[in-house]
Parts: sequence; structure tokens; C-alpha cells
Amino acid sequence: MREHLPALQVVIPLLGAVICAFLRRGNLAWALALAISLIMPVVAGLLLQQVLSSGPISYEMGGWEPPFGIEYRVDVVNAFVLFLVSIIGAVIMPYARLSVAAEIAPERVPWFYTMYLLCLCGLLGITITNDAFNAFVFLEVSSLSTYTLIALGKDRRALLAAYQYLIIGTIGATFYVVGVGFLYTMTGTLNLSDIAGRIGSIENSRPILAGLAFLTVGISLKLALFPLHLWLPNAYAYAPSTATAFLSATATKVAVYLLLRFLFSVFGVGFVFNELPVSEVLLLLSLAAMFGASIVAVFQENIKRMLAYSSVAQIGYITLGVALANKSGLTGGIVHLFNHALMKGGLFLVMGAIVYRIGSVKIDDLAGIGRQMPLTMCAFVVAGLSIIGAPGTVGFISKWYLAAGSLELGLWWLAFLIVISSLISVVYIGRVVEAAWFREPSAAARKAKEPPLSMMGPMLLLVASTIYFGIDTQLTAGIAARAADILLMGLK
Amino acid sequence: MNGDTLIGLALLIPLIGAVFIPLTAWNPNLRETVTLLTAASLFFMVAAMAMRVLDGARPELEVLEVLPGLRLAFEVEPLGMLFACVASTLWIVNSIYSIGYMRGNNEPRQTQFYVCFAVALASTMGIAFAANLFTLFLFYEVLTLSTYPLVTHKADENAINGGRVYLLILLGTSMVLLLPAIVATAVIAGTLDFAPGGILSGKADGAMVGMLLALFMFGIGKAALMPFHRWLPAAMVAPTPVSALLHAVAVVKAGVFTAMKVVLYVFGIDLLAGSGQNDWLIFLASASLLIGSLVALTKDNLKARLAYSTVSQLAYVVLGAALATSWGVIGGSMHIAMHAVGKITLFFCAGAIYTAAHKTEVSELTGLGRTMPFTFAAFLIGSLSIIGLPPFGGVWGKWYLALGALDAGHVIVVAVLMISSLLNIAYLLPIPLKAFFGGTAAAGRPAKIKEAPLPCLIAIGLTSLGCLLLFFYPGVILQLLQLIPLR
Repeated sequence: MREHLPALQVVIPLLGAVICAFLRRGNLAWALALAISLIMPVVAGLLLQQVLSSGPISYEMGGWEPPFGIEYRVDVVNAFVLFLVSIIGAVIMPYARLSVAAEIAPERVPWFYTMYLLCLCGLLGITITNDAFNAFVFLEVSSLSTYTLIALGKDRRALLAAYQYLIIGTIGATFYVVGVGFLYTMTGTLNLSDIAGRIGSIENSRPILAGLAFLTVGISLKLALFPLHLWLPNAYAYAPSTATAFLSATATKVAVYLLLRFLFSVFGVGFVFNELPVSEVLLLLSLAAMFGASIVAVFQENIKRMLAYSSVAQIGYITLGVALANKSGLTGGIVHLFNHALMKGGLFLVMGAIVYRIGSVKIDDLAGIGRQMPLTMCAFVVAGLSIIGAPGTVGFISKWYLAAGSLELGLWWLAFLIVISSLISVVYIGRVVEAAWFREPSAAARKAKEPPLSMMGPMLLLVASTIYFGIDTQLTAGIAARAADILLMGLK
Repeated sequence: MNGDTLIGLALLIPLIGAVFIPLTAWNPNLRETVTLLTAASLFFMVAAMAMRVLDGARPELEVLEVLPGLRLAFEVEPLGMLFACVASTLWIVNSIYSIGYMRGNNEPRQTQFYVCFAVALASTMGIAFAANLFTLFLFYEVLTLSTYPLVTHKADENAINGGRVYLLILLGTSMVLLLPAIVATAVIAGTLDFAPGGILSGKADGAMVGMLLALFMFGIGKAALMPFHRWLPAAMVAPTPVSALLHAVAVVKAGVFTAMKVVLYVFGIDLLAGSGQNDWLIFLASASLLIGSLVALTKDNLKARLAYSTVSQLAYVVLGAALATSWGVIGGSMHIAMHAVGKITLFFCAGAIYTAAHKTEVSELTGLGRTMPFTFAAFLIGSLSIIGLPPFGGVWGKWYLALGALDAGHVIVVAVLMISSLLNIAYLLPIPLKAFFGGTAAAGRPAKIKEAPLPCLIAIGLTSLGCLLLFFYPGVILQLLQLIPLR
């Protein structure tokens, strides 16, 4: 059984989705999704443990040997991401029942859980596969289900947002597959390790360069790298709260993983960062995201939208770590992938709880809500401090690595830009805090009360973990450092 | 009980108090008893630790390693011991005062007030006992955040705006300047642990020392070195007990304490004096010192005047650090204690005046000494101590600072100290004098005494007595400060 864990990681949610599609009762569908979501972290945890103790695992799907068959390959880097995605799913599912029932018409609820399971399957698939085309398939599985998840939002603008994402996402996927096509033409294989092995002698040929360009742009669309982020704010703002929380914590993270895999493991650090100006371009775009998106976030009235722009900015921190391409920087980027999932997931769960109680996420409607929902708003403050990067929270750990990474390269100005940009987040988080605690209660807020326990629990758990992993970083930063080592060595 | 346990307890006791205060919120008398008990037990822990430190012990407590090289750890050294003593002693007095003030003014949300206060004190202890820059930074930020609800306590427009300035300047300086300085120190020195003689000595020189020094000194916004002092007057929108303990003692002293600690244990006074990079800091501190006093002269609002006076007095401590001589260090450190007792007395009086007479402007106080003789007598004592006249404690800080300046060969600094004392006289002394002798007494009948509630008066009496005692018994403090390892 144990040797089939990699396959289970994908097969369980896929089968679950199929069964779920036949269920007509919302609660039944939820129970199935919950059960599967609770199994997945166990599988991922076992994989992670195995990889940490005895090195990478290679699994031949259907017994076909690579490079002819599809290979699933698990090392520290993707085991970490697998664990992140599945644990987020497990935390969010208990929360989902009430939130989804409140925001989605009853006849569509089973579809929501079907799409969620498909999306989970797709995300885990992208992460675990070692096959470029298989990754494309899973990319589409996750994307198509994501479009549906977003379109299920109560607000009619959700349809437009989903459509917008559909167009941009499809362009991204097309770019990706074109890039894979170039690589296949030149190397004759789709297995990532194989490509990495054969690319060395021909890496400066034009098709390989074009392939790299197509892949980078395609994946950057999915991970919402500035300025390719335009789909994200609307999608996050109008999707059902549960979907937003899940997607913000996982979807972009998996895309970042894919980018890391291609840049470091397939093309190699030496080629990408020393011979090509990828580092410079990525650095500039990251900085633009950190500042541009943060500043836009300050002016949002819809808090979910504000948090969405904040996500774009935070993704900038992750890609900044990638651009630094040294041990500290890369560790910072990878650990921020995990840390940002915790804090942003937590924040969107808080927003979901507020939608559940007052049906709005407008900053004016939240006026004075702190007195009615003190625990919920305290959770917001704590997760907000994480975004800001206060010491003792996960945000600080990420920032520390990124700043250390820049200073190790002698880039003082970059260290300053990192900390200055996090100051902008004080402003947008502060706006919400001021409104919630100091303004006279709005009519909606006066009637509000704390959310039910099933929503409160997951929310507080995620928020508490932003403190826990800010102090005990063995699991997060420890693994991230090992992952950075592996990436910097390349996939040989 | 050994010293390590004492550190843990000193950190935990205020936090335990913070848990029990809301649990007893249904009975205000019980709630305040919890605060007083917490303050008292904290004081005993700190006092017990002080005995050990005077005997030469250096209790240590390592909690965990957050990242490689980033340890959450505590180690008690003489300077931190002094700071902890000052803060914990005055917390007791301030708690007594708070009871009178908060009830006398019918302030809302008193439970939240006492909880935040306890958390602020816990983080103050964390700062005092921090064994490395990371631990210090952690508690430094917690202190900022836990005092923000206290600054915005009134929750009106003014309070919110004050809170914004407070948060943005304190968080801003610490995140944008202090944090890069700490990261850079970690990268250059390979460690963040405070060590006698400095961890940067031999690792950095010349321009790098100057740059790091600038980042540290401006980054420690709590030291209110100009031009990053604006948060302190802004914080005056808080209830007066907050201004008294936090913005005259705990928060601002945490700032100058950190500055002193960085000079002693990160740079080392030899590196600093040798590099010559301390000259601009001496100049800047002197400027901050004089300008703060001059601005105080122009303020009619009593708390604003006291706030600018604090800005000026904090610069004394930074000056002491910048001189980088042993007397300078001792003078600056001693000023932490002396100024604390004097300034808290003045703030207590300002709060008592507000509670009893609802007056906030200096110009309204003329003649008020006749109805509040006790308060204004205490105000006079506090003023004299701040000015640095015997027989009050304030004289000692300035004395040793002058010695330090002469030691370092900066005669002009002595002149600055003199001018500043004159300015102190000009903005402080007229207040009690006009209160007693100004205006016209109502003919015939003696003025009716109307003082603040009794707890306020007890607190005022205690700190005034403190000013007096510190003049006669500065020996213990000096003994403690002479234990500071300079090299």
C-alpha cells in the first residue's frame, strides 16, 4: 500500500469528484468532500516523512517505465507543497458546510463540492507529476474546476470574473503547452528529469529559449505575477468565500511550484540566472507587484478585493525570493509560499464569517463590528500582523530570509524596498482595523454576532498557526531550506 | 528559586495578570486587586533578581531557536536590570494612580485598559532581559502594538489620528530602519547575541559603522530622536496613566535603553569612539535636546509640554551613549531611572489636575495651587528633579553625563547641558509658581481645597518621595551600573 501513496494522492480526490457528481444532497456531498480532505494530509504527510528520511520517491504510473510512461516523482520540494495544499483543504472543509450553504443555491451545492474535489485533484496532480504534459492536463483540470467554483458565487459579477479568468487562464495554458511543445521537439521527451538531462548541450538554441519564454509567461499568468494578475482581484472578490480561501492558499502556490520546477530543476540555475536576465526581469516585476498591488489595495472598499490585491503583492515576495536565487532568498520564497497560504487563508475565512453574519465585505458595513465579533476581528488583526510581518508571526520569518538574501548579495536598496513595501500593508490592514474597532457600528454590524463553532474553529486554527509557525519554524523554514538546497543543485 | 525561573516568572506574571483581569471584570474592585497583585508580585521577582545581579550573577533563559542563529533567549545584565526595576516599581505606583484616575473620570473600557497595560509591562520585561537583538526586536514590536489600544482609548477622531501617527512612526522606523540594521548585523557579525565589547568590533569599520549606527539610532523610534519624535506628542491623547507610565517610562525608556544596549553590546564603545562615527550622533542628540526644550516652551497644553520635555530628556540618554565613555554610559543609564521618577510625578500631577479641575492648558492653571496645594507641591518637586537641582535625584544623571562629556573632551556638550537646564527651568518652574502665587486670591475666605481622588494623591506622594530619596541614595544604582561590562 505504502508504495502506492503517490498515486493515491491524485486518485482519491478524482474518484471522490466522480462520486460526488452523482450525489444530490448538499450535506452528503460535503461529508464526502470532508472525508477526502481529511485523508489527503495523511497521505501527503506520509509522503513528506518518507522523502525527508529516505530521499526522493519515483512512482511509475500503471507500471510504465519513464520516460515512456508517466512518472510521479516526490522530493522535498513538492512533498512540502503537497502537504500544504492538502492540509489547507482539510482545515477549510469543516468550515465550508455553513458558508457554502449560505452563499450558494441548494441545488448547486453538490456541484460546488464536486468542483472543489476536481480542483484539489488537479492541484495535487500538477505538484506530484514529473511529466510536462501530464502537468498540463492537471493544470486544465484545476483551472476548469476553478472557473466553475468562481462562477458559483452569489454576486452576478462572479460570472464575469469567471469568464475573465477563463480567457486569461486559457491563454496561460496555451502558452504553457506551446512551451512544452518546444521542449519536446528539441529533446524528444516529456519527462522533466529527462529533459533536464538532455537540455544541457542545446540550452542556447533558439527553440529552447522560446520554450523557456512561453513556459515562464504561461505559468506566470497562473500564478498572477504582476502585470499578468488582472484576473485575480475580481475572481477572489466575487467567488464564494470558501472557494476564495482555498484558491488563495493553494492555486497560486502550486503555480509558483511549477515555475520553480522548470526554472531550477529543468533549465538549471546556471543557465536561467547566470546567462539569461531572468533574475533582473523577475526582480523588477516582483517589486512592481509588491508596491503597485499594495498601493492599489489601500484604496479598495471591498475587503475581499483588498485582500486579493494584497495576494498579488505577497506573490511578489515569493517571486522576489526566486529572483534572488541564493539559499536565503529561495528559502524565503518557499517558506513564504507556505506562510502566505496560512495567513491569507485565515483572512479569507474571517471574511467568510463576516459574509455569513452580515452578508457584506464593504469596509463601511464593517464599521464597529469589532465589538460584536471580537474573536473574529482579533483573528483578522493577528493574521493582518502576519501580512505586515511583525516579529513572532510567520510573515516575519519570510521577510527575514528575503532581507538576509538581499544583504548577502550586497543589495542594500533591495532590503530597504522589501521592508518599505511591507509598511504599505500597515495602511490597508490598519484601515479595516480602525473601521472595525473605532467607528460607530453600522446597522448591519449592530446585529452581528460571532460565527458558529464549525466556522470559528478552522478560522482560529489557521490564524493561530500563523503565530505557531512564526516561532517554531522547524517544519516550515527547515524544510524550505532543504528544498532550496535541492532546487539550487538542479535535478540531476 | 534560581535566576532562570525568575526570568520566566517576570515575563509570565504580567501575562497571567492579563488573563485574570478580564475574568474578574464583573467586579471592578476585584479586577483592580488583580492588577495590584500582579504588579506587586512582578516587583518582588524583579527585586529578587536584582539582588542576584548585584552579587554578580547573570541569570539566563533560552526558550528556543526560531531560525538558525535567531534565538528567543534572555540574559539579565546590569543595565536591563535597572530598566526592569524602574518599570516594575513604577507600575505598582501607576496602578494605584490608575484606579483613582480611571474611576474619577468615568473612563469606558477599563478592563481592556488594564489588560493592555499588563501586556505592555510583560513586553517591557522582555525588552529589559533580551539576550539578543531578535528577542529585543520581538518584544519591542509587541510593546508598540499593545500600547496602540491604550493610545486610542478614547476612540474619538483625535485618538484615532493620534494612534495613526503613533503606529506609523513606531512601526515604520522599526520595520524600515531597525530591521534592516538587525539583518545586516546578523549577516556581518554572524550573531545577534549581545556581548560585552560589541559583536561588530573587528567585523565592521568606518562607513559601515556609521551607516549601521544611523539605522539603529533612527530605527529605534521609541527613543524619539529628532526627526522621529512626532509620535510622542501624538500619544498624549491617551489617558494620563498611559502617558505617565508608558510614555514617560516604559515605552520611551525601552527606546533609549535599546539605544544604549546597541552601543554597548553591538558596537562596543571602543569601536564607536575609535571610528569617530559617534560625533554626528553627539551633535544630533544635543540638537534634539535643545530643540525639544525650545518647543516645550511654546506649548500651552500641559501634556504636550511634558511630552516635548520628554523628547529633550531622552536625548540625554542617547547623548550618554554617543559619548562612548564609561561615565557617559553611567550618566545616560542613570538618567533613565532619574528622569522616569521625575517625569511620572509630573504626569501624575497633570492627570490629577485634569481629574479634579478639568484643566489641560498651562495658562488655565494660574492660581490653581490654592485649591490643589498638594498636587502643585509635587509638581514643583518633579520639576526640580527634572531640572537637576539638589536635593532631588535628577541631579545625578546630569552630573555623570557632564563627567562623561569632559572625559570625551567635548566641553561644548557640558555647555549644552547647562543651557538645557536653564530651558528646563523656563518651561517647568513657572507652572507651579504661577499656580501658587499668580492670580488674585478670593478676598476674605481661604480657598476650598479640591484635590484629585485619594489613590492619585497616594501615587503622587510616593513618586515625589522617590525623587527625594534618589538624591540621597543613588549608591545602589551606581553600584549596579558600574557592573556594566564595557569591554
